[in-house]
Amino acid sequence: MARIDVNHIRHSYLADPRKDSDFALKEVHHTFEDGGAYALLGPSGCGKTTLLNIISGLLRPSHGQLLFNGKDVTNLSTQERNIAQVFQFPVIYDTMTVYDNLAFPLRNRGVPEADVDRKVRETLEMTDLVSWAGRKARGLTADQKQKISLGRGLVRSDVNAILFDEPLTVIDPHMKWVLRSQLKQLHRRFGYTMVYVTHDQTEALTFAERVVVMYDGEIVQIGTPTELFERPRHTFVGYFIGSPGMNVMPVKVEGKVARLGSQSIQLPGALKSAEGAIELGVRPEYVRIGSKGMPVSITKVEDVGRHKVIRAKLEGRDIAAIIGEDDEIPADAKVSFEPAGINIYADSWRVEMGA
Amino acid sequence: MDKTWNNKAWFLVLPVLVLVAFSAVIPLMTVVNYSVQDTFGNNQFFWAGTEWFEELLASDRFWQAMGRNLIFSFIILAIEVPLGIFIALNMPKKGWGVPVCLVLMALPLLIPWNVVGTIWQVFGRNDIGLLGYTVNALGIDYNYVKDPFDAWVTVIVMDVWHWTSLVVLLCYAGLVSIPDAFYQAAKIDGASRWSVFRYIQLPKMQRVLLIAVLLRFMDSFMIYTEPFVVTGGGPGNSTTFLSIDLVKMALGQFDLGPAAAMSLVYFLIILLLSWVFYTVMTNYDAER
Repeated sequence: MARIDVNHIRHSYLADPRKDSDFALKEVHHTFEDGGAYALLGPSGCGKTTLLNIISGLLRPSHGQLLFNGKDVTNLSTQERNIAQVFQFPVIYDTMTVYDNLAFPLRNRGVPEADVDRKVRETLEMTDLVSWAGRKARGLTADQKQKISLGRGLVRSDVNAILFDEPLTVIDPHMKWVLRSQLKQLHRRFGYTMVYVTHDQTEALTFAERVVVMYDGEIVQIGTPTELFERPRHTFVGYFIGSPGMNVMPVKVEGKVARLGSQSIQLPGALKSAEGAIELGVRPEYVRIGSKGMPVSITKVEDVGRHKVIRAKLEGRDIAAIIGEDDEIPADAKVSFEPAGINIYADSWRVEMGA
Repeated sequence: MDKTWNNKAWFLVLPVLVLVAFSAVIPLMTVVNYSVQDTFGNNQFFWAGTEWFEELLASDRFWQAMGRNLIFSFIILAIEVPLGIFIALNMPKKGWGVPVCLVLMALPLLIPWNVVGTIWQVFGRNDIGLLGYTVNALGIDYNYVKDPFDAWVTVIVMDVWHWTSLVVLLCYAGLVSIPDAFYQAAKIDGASRWSVFRYIQLPKMQRVLLIAVLLRFMDSFMIYTEPFVVTGGGPGNSTTFLSIDLVKMALGQFDLGPAAAMSLVYFLIILLLSWVFYTVMTNYDAER
């Protein structure tokens, strides 16, 4: 296992990148701690797979350095870096048995057959594939195939990190939960450094200790699931995480009061700096519907089971709120925001508020 | 629910039935008809029963032609399949090289068979042919008109030139369907170039290879035009394959009965061998 330092890495798929938009990865500078479970979360095309492939060595970055435990590996091949990667679609060697599939990476490295056997049996155990060992790999289901892909990484005891590139895309929903919890278990038991790329927030938030949110080739926020939820650093994180995403509306701030059209909203504190376009963000979970506050016109109520999602218009802007399953909506509905849930953004980045 | 019976629907398949009848069934039946009778001029027919078949199966000439044909098919398969795979593996997967290679590969396939024969007939001649003249100038005694071995070499090289492209194109189609992730995973697993071929590329190409082998076997077993144009079946009978022999018998000697019997046997052999090939290879596929 290793600590991975991504040292000011930029990457472009073009031969001669000139402007910022030529870069698929604008500049990433981050440390993945040894034994950590990370998720790289972001929409398609945000550069997360690029970053993953740079870590695994399938891509060489245009600029910057990659360190494993402080050692520069930027120019090393994938094989020399000793990492394991699980891909979006299960990669298995059709013609081999499950056992041989798992033994393949070891045999390629010239490990003595006795050790191969011991390691493979351990891995079969870990991945719940013992009873399938003698079967040809091609006849298995997608989730079993994906476990084989994972197993080929786990079988090498010395891997520096295990990388996952949207590994559950082709897995049935009920198996996703099973596989994800098995992954977490493996992580807890063996302390692998794991980096997990996904565009699915549930997957990211349930798998990882720390989630790295990427947007447009940059890391916009790194944090625990709670931090991402409570204090999104960028409006994108607000939109992207949560269902429905954060309500963001342009406001004018005067002292401790934000003005939205003719309404004014009391802020928990004054802004430390307020330059650029100011927006107020509040998650639907912190929007209260009741008889006090700002008048809204409700356009739709979506009952999603555990709670209801209210869609409404506030000063002509769409706003969403979440209320309990049994909560009543008053005839003349008004909304208010819980101060703890209010975030202020200047040019899309969060600004701190003082007391 | 009651099914609606509408016998007018049969008219929809009628065109196909008529087409197949005229193109295959009726000609085949005339051949069957000829094969059991002896014919003379003035359309006189005499019942011969299985005489022609017995005669055919007892004749050395038939078995020799058949032997030559099998050897020929075996040799060209042994060259074209590995060579085709090799070329396909080395073709570019993206960029401007792809269309260039594909067009170059398709060219031999677009040339009519008798033209291919003519090209090689001229190409191999000692007096004016580029190949024949050059080889002789290098001190190698090469003459496909006189030497059976040279004739064989010429016919085989010609077939390889003409048909390897087919194997290449089929294999290439199989190769480009392999997702990048497989190669990346192989890299991570530390697989050698050979392992990548053996465990990733070959299994993915297997289906198209099956088709390639079948097509090439059937075609080469039925080969007629090209060797006929180049060697006319000679020197002696050394390149007389089944189809050439058949035409000699039917048109050269006008022995319609024996020729018809031979056609039927020939047809059954190809059918049988193709079936065996297909079953063996698909069974192998299912087992794995």
